[in-house]
Amino acid sequence: MDETKQEPYVSYLNHKGKYTGIRSWIFTMDHKRIGLLYMYAIIVLFFVGAIMGLLMRIELIKPGETIMKPQTYNGLFTVHGIIMIFMVVIPGLSVVFGNFFLPILIGAKDVAFPKLNRFSWWVYIAGCILAVASQFLKSGPPDTGWSFYAPYSTTTGTNVIIATFAAFVLGFSSILTGLNFIVTIHQMRAPGMKFMNMPLFSWAIYATAWTQLLATPIVGITLLMLIAERLFGIGFFNPNLGGDPVLFQHLFWIYSHPAVYIMILPALGVITEIIPTFCQKKIYGYKAIAFSSLAIAGVGFLVWGHHMFTSGMSDQARWFFSLLTFLVAVPSAIKVFNWLATMYKGSIDLKPPFLYALSFIFLFTIGGTTGLLLGSVATNVQVHDTAFVVAHFHYIIFGGMGFAFFGAIHYWLPKMYGRMYNMKRATIAWGIIFIGFNLLYFPQFILGIEGVPRRYFDYLPQFQPLEVISSIGGFVLITGLIMMVYNLVQGVKKGEIAPANPWHGSTLEWQIPSPPSVENFDEAPVIKQNPYDYE
Amino acid sequence: MTEKVIHLQEHADDEAKKLGMWLFIFTELLLFGGLFLVYSVFRAKYPANFHEGSLELSVTIGTINTIVLLISSMTVAMSLTAIQKNNRKLAMILISVTLVLATVFLFNKVFEWGAKFEHGLYPGSKLMPMLERGDLLYFSLYFFMTGLHALHIIVGMVLLTICLFKLKSGSVNSQKYIHLENGALYWHLVDLIWIFLFPLMYLIT
Repeated sequence: MDETKQEPYVSYLNHKGKYTGIRSWIFTMDHKRIGLLYMYAIIVLFFVGAIMGLLMRIELIKPGETIMKPQTYNGLFTVHGIIMIFMVVIPGLSVVFGNFFLPILIGAKDVAFPKLNRFSWWVYIAGCILAVASQFLKSGPPDTGWSFYAPYSTTTGTNVIIATFAAFVLGFSSILTGLNFIVTIHQMRAPGMKFMNMPLFSWAIYATAWTQLLATPIVGITLLMLIAERLFGIGFFNPNLGGDPVLFQHLFWIYSHPAVYIMILPALGVITEIIPTFCQKKIYGYKAIAFSSLAIAGVGFLVWGHHMFTSGMSDQARWFFSLLTFLVAVPSAIKVFNWLATMYKGSIDLKPPFLYALSFIFLFTIGGTTGLLLGSVATNVQVHDTAFVVAHFHYIIFGGMGFAFFGAIHYWLPKMYGRMYNMKRATIAWGIIFIGFNLLYFPQFILGIEGVPRRYFDYLPQFQPLEVISSIGGFVLITGLIMMVYNLVQGVKKGEIAPANPWHGSTLEWQIPSPPSVENFDEAPVIKQNPYDYE
Repeated sequence: MTEKVIHLQEHADDEAKKLGMWLFIFTELLLFGGLFLVYSVFRAKYPANFHEGSLELSVTIGTINTIVLLISSMTVAMSLTAIQKNNRKLAMILISVTLVLATVFLFNKVFEWGAKFEHGLYPGSKLMPMLERGDLLYFSLYFFMTGLHALHIIVGMVLLTICLFKLKSGSVNSQKYIHLENGALYWHLVDLIWIFLFPLMYLIT
């Protein structure tokens, strides 16, 4: 039986609840509004981080001091990492599109714990404020890199305690979000929506949520230990007091490697939603994709040592981690093959979301295969801590998760706001972003193999030509990004009214109006056995 | 809406809350897990010092604390059974006993820690860096782990106090007791962590 009340449709954006004005946003418990709140924060923080990146690229346009002192440079790459990793890409797709669409995709009216969801956002904002504070308080911005390695992090005079505490608070937000999503998927699926009938984005969020839940506490306690070391000299990571700095690295990476799967799994999920829609063809290998998400999450807990091959670990430890690293690449590759198989003989429509999905596959493949080079111990020794690593992770995180994020916005914006954006301008922006991205990061692979270290303020003059190309790429990229955001904002404000299903998608979000009503489904949703059913 | 649907919806809601608490408990286990990992690394490196350090702790007080917590786990479980049997008064008495026992635990902790502080043994003291390395690490771990645990005892006490008020107001009753069940679960976790801490700190002589 259902409790449908025949109320006229009201978009969640116009709904009048207990609060009005800005309080109706800050105190909202609607998962859709919370998703938007996260999105606005993340977009702002992304551009702040991007500007830091651009400043670094300006500094590196020629050898020696260009626009800043070395200490400033160290502070910049540290805060660039902290913002991008803890505030943009780890929350990323989960908190924006997981929050907005997970309940809708499984036929629910909200997440399991809406108040906890709101609390998670508040905690996230508190963490962001603390991180920003670390830049301006008396002792100066941290200069340790976002990885806070001991012993430098335990001895440097900069604002390490507040920055690590900010990361701790942000981690708490991540844990609570993961908890909320796991319970939502277990308890709130509509009748008829079995696990194997869920869209694959839901599976991706599920695997991500478990990783958030189980991995984050470990970095939590590690950061607390770091703070205790700075405050009390407890000795865990200090060789003078009997401790071991490599222990910090282990503890740190036991979280931070699964963290990269927190970043990429939802991205893989989004691509898995976009491709069938723009090929109007059922996804190839549903079970393989669902289980590969779980496999990536699971095996991802066992590879952390590949960040530490040169730290002094035993040979046995190193070949174990190398082997597991190669194994974890397999489920990712399975997804790529399944996507390509889906496209084969599909009815392809090169709209902007699909362009982002295609470029995702290209960039993710480059990032992934260079990861194999890093995962192999012998070659790792050559490129560890060089620009090669920087290029690798930017291809995977930015080219992968970033492009998936942009693709998701272009895919779901009509649903979220009920408006279409200009598709020609979106395509041009995409092209500029793609070109700028490759100009910026591809030279870094070459520079890294040739020996240019990462996190260095300076370099030898013979490397300047490639560094210049890279810096130009940075400017091209940011131009494209600004165009993209401008186009999307214009779309939201003045775009054509979007229909409920502009892309002829099959999953549940396309069965409800654009934008959705507050409780998502004014009539009970029709649950199909096959979520990717294109007639 | 029929009563059956309301009933099912409420139970689904309680199921969700219970699952949520279990998941949160997993995160707490992993949080302490990191510390147990550090413990095992340094104990393997400095076995003699850890043995020495353990001799400085009072096994008597530790044992009393262990018994106190075990009994408190029993009383909180009994309080849940009591409210399931609609005996609100007994449930409230049993939670109060649990809280008293928790206070005894904390009092013992303050006593133990106080004794160490008087000897100049505390994180950041001048004495600590003068100790042998293994001893320093043992006591750093002792204070960090028992301190973090005591913090969780306090959190548990807050949760149980909230349950006490909910029992009083009737929002926890024989039909709807999920909050007490979750509070009791959390308390059992705090007890369980101590069950591991106690032998690893006190009984490695």
